[in-house]
Amino acid sequence: MVKNFLKKSYLFLIFAFLYAPIIVLIIYSFNSSRSRGSWEGFTLDWYRAMFRDRQILSSLYYSLIIGALSALIATIIGTLAAFGIQRLKRFLQNTVMNLTYLPVLNPDIVTGISLMLLFIFFHLKLGFMTLLLSHITFNIPYVILSVLPRIKQLDPNLYEAALDLGATPSLAFKKVIFPEILPGIISGLLLAFTLSLDDFVISFFNTGSGVSTLSITIYSMARRGINPKINALSTLMFLSVLTLLIIVNLIMARDESNKKRRQNLS
Amino acid sequence: MRKNWIVYPYFGWMIAFTLIPLSLLIFFSLTTQTNQGISFSFDNFQRFFEPLYLQVLFRSLLWAGISTLFCLVLGYPSAFILANLKLKYKNTLILLLVLPMWINFLLRTYAWLTLLERRGLINTLLGHFGIQPLSLLYNDFAVILGMVYNFLPFMILPIYTVLSKINQNLLEAAGDLGASPWQCFCKVIFPLSLPGVSSGVTMVFMPAVTTFVISRLLGGGQYTLIGNLVEQQFLTVGDWNFGSAISMVMIFIILLGMSFTSRYEKTQEGGGLW
Amino acid sequence: MKKILSSILCAALLGTLLLSGCDKPLPKLTVYNWGDYIDESVLKEFEKQYKMKVIYETFTTNEDMYVKLKSGGSSYDVIIPSDYMIKRLSDEKMLAKLDFKNIPNYQYIGAAYRNLGYDPQNQYSVPYMWGTVGILYNKKMVKEKPESWEILWNKKYAKQILMLDSQRDSIGIALKKLGYSLNSKNETELNAAKAALIEQKPLVLAYVVDEVKDKMIAGEAALAVVWSGDGVYCSRENPDLEYIIPKEGTNLWFDAMAVPIGTTNKKAAEQFINFMCETKIAYKNADYIGYASPQTEVFKKLPKSLTENRAFYPQAEDLQNSEVFTDLGSMLKVFDRIWTEIKASK
Repeated sequence: MVKNFLKKSYLFLIFAFLYAPIIVLIIYSFNSSRSRGSWEGFTLDWYRAMFRDRQILSSLYYSLIIGALSALIATIIGTLAAFGIQRLKRFLQNTVMNLTYLPVLNPDIVTGISLMLLFIFFHLKLGFMTLLLSHITFNIPYVILSVLPRIKQLDPNLYEAALDLGATPSLAFKKVIFPEILPGIISGLLLAFTLSLDDFVISFFNTGSGVSTLSITIYSMARRGINPKINALSTLMFLSVLTLLIIVNLIMARDESNKKRRQNLS
Repeated sequence: MRKNWIVYPYFGWMIAFTLIPLSLLIFFSLTTQTNQGISFSFDNFQRFFEPLYLQVLFRSLLWAGISTLFCLVLGYPSAFILANLKLKYKNTLILLLVLPMWINFLLRTYAWLTLLERRGLINTLLGHFGIQPLSLLYNDFAVILGMVYNFLPFMILPIYTVLSKINQNLLEAAGDLGASPWQCFCKVIFPLSLPGVSSGVTMVFMPAVTTFVISRLLGGGQYTLIGNLVEQQFLTVGDWNFGSAISMVMIFIILLGMSFTSRYEKTQEGGGLW
Repeated sequence: MKKILSSILCAALLGTLLLSGCDKPLPKLTVYNWGDYIDESVLKEFEKQYKMKVIYETFTTNEDMYVKLKSGGSSYDVIIPSDYMIKRLSDEKMLAKLDFKNIPNYQYIGAAYRNLGYDPQNQYSVPYMWGTVGILYNKKMVKEKPESWEILWNKKYAKQILMLDSQRDSIGIALKKLGYSLNSKNETELNAAKAALIEQKPLVLAYVVDEVKDKMIAGEAALAVVWSGDGVYCSRENPDLEYIIPKEGTNLWFDAMAVPIGTTNKKAAEQFINFMCETKIAYKNADYIGYASPQTEVFKKLPKSLTENRAFYPQAEDLQNSEVFTDLGSMLKVFDRIWTEIKASK
């Protein structure tokens, strides 16, 4: 019993460690004074100020757009690539996979800098396009890593069976192959979107012309000192992510129970 | 052989955005700007091997190592306890564990500033107990704390994943053969968890060595780790050649590290985390 | 599931198109300035008056700005660097000559701020703000009134000192403390300054730039090196703080507005510069950020408590030992190396 209690308290401490700063951020976003030592009253002022802050709103907009676009494009290119890689001969396949791993393994600062050198060398102005291109570049390997295993697990006979039963190649693809790899594509898409939103270093080196992502704006605000607007922003982001994860979890749980019901019925 | 055209867009992308940038990096690292123009030399690498910069490298490796160690020591028990939990809401706990990872990395680091300042929350609380304000920010402690805080979930998750997949029958068999719980752990569980451990170590050590944000925000500009050095050379000093040389050294270290840990890894599965 | 996904995607694409369409019509002006160095409401006024969109980016030191500009990745229409950086940029033919017909408000710039060393014929720049570098100290934490840069090396204040994360400012202070010139090109003197800064490192709480204000106001440190306007701002927010210019002298600096060569909007850039020199606008800025304005009408309008404060608006006698930064030319590489070594050392 004591052992059980110790185990649970240890876990509790770890979780407390992980959440303490976040909780503090949230609490202080309601503090009417900027001072970190004292509490001077509840206020929503910082939230109002945050919504009026042009820079924060514009960087939120850019973060979401770049996230969505880069995830989408990376998923398309990555999925096609995964199919192509699957058909390569052994040696070429290994080489390509190793090269695919390179942006994943590289410290993000090296990826960011090398891309910056590329853009400047070719006289491209740093801005929205270069930011988008960089994000797509580091997203593609993760999509491939999500989709490829699914493709490898495909039973080749299913496709042939569909063709034998009279389906055209594209119908066979749509009805047989695509549903099987869809989970991999979805997880690749989500992974790419998340990585894009969270990225700081690569965006830092490859943006300009007033295009700024959320991470970059937070960094420059944080370098000026503590600003409760950031606290307000983090509270909202935390709540959004929490809501998102809860929804995803609920959907997954519902899917599971649906599957179980169908299995029980049949 | 059917023409494999669909892989060409990816090939093209890879060449343009991975290989060419890398070659530019190599090019810059091997050249120096002189009054006569560009000349090839190993000067940049030679300069890196001066004691001052080797110290920076050593410090980065040391701190990354310490942070990784702390993450392992704190994370392994957590993963173990979580894997053995028979509670209904185990999945919720995993969800809660993953949640901080989804919060922006900068915000998580920034969060500590409020806590660690001289007039920050921790010191204010300690002050109520009559303890003098501790210097918790802008020192070694703060930077390592920042690293451990940011990377701990990355250590816990892979270990948890591997531990939860261990076949219970193996443990029962070991018990039947007369092993004590401790022996069970040492001889069965721990060796089987090593792929997870190596995954976790990789996912903590690599970013820890190359970070510059944590040392910048929590170290007060005093700590130049290798990531800070590169950033400084590219953005403040403008010496791209030296910066590229340091980047090449970083890539080399990462590749070296990967070759060590790949001994423990089996086939690479998708994503790594999920 | 697929239907939901495709409808979300469609909505996202539509959203992108709609929102990006909103921005198209207005011409854009990109301004690159120091952080916390403007009253942002003046940007909105400019946008309304001249029907343009202002993209406002900030940098933390002249060196950062130089690298960004030089790398050619971004194009800026108006930049606001300091004296020595303007000299360097004009020497490297990176600045456009201004058409003063578009800047009639130049008449308000005081004579003392014209024809200065960094732009002798006033071809490339219009002064924006000027000031000094000094010591900001907390009267409650520092008992004796500081008079010399030496106090920043005083072990009594270990870990309570904030230094500027700026190459020339920090090395300059060390040079001044040792009695040398801020613009020294003498290797022995520079190495002595480097040694002094490395010796000081254990006493320094942090090397900061913009964070310094917030930290001093919150009482996180006892002493800090700040630019004069930050001193004004801080002492306003926290009456325990005071700003002094040490007796060895300091750096007297001028920030000015210039137009880089690559710009496509030269006329708009000049209009912006002219707008910033309007009395009403210049007053707003000077009042908000606390720095000294070279605009003579503004000087007359500011409260006497400010303009008679010798720390913020020093007279000629106070500035006897002070120098303006000059461009280091070939010595720059040496300074770069010294700064890298100071930051990297333990």
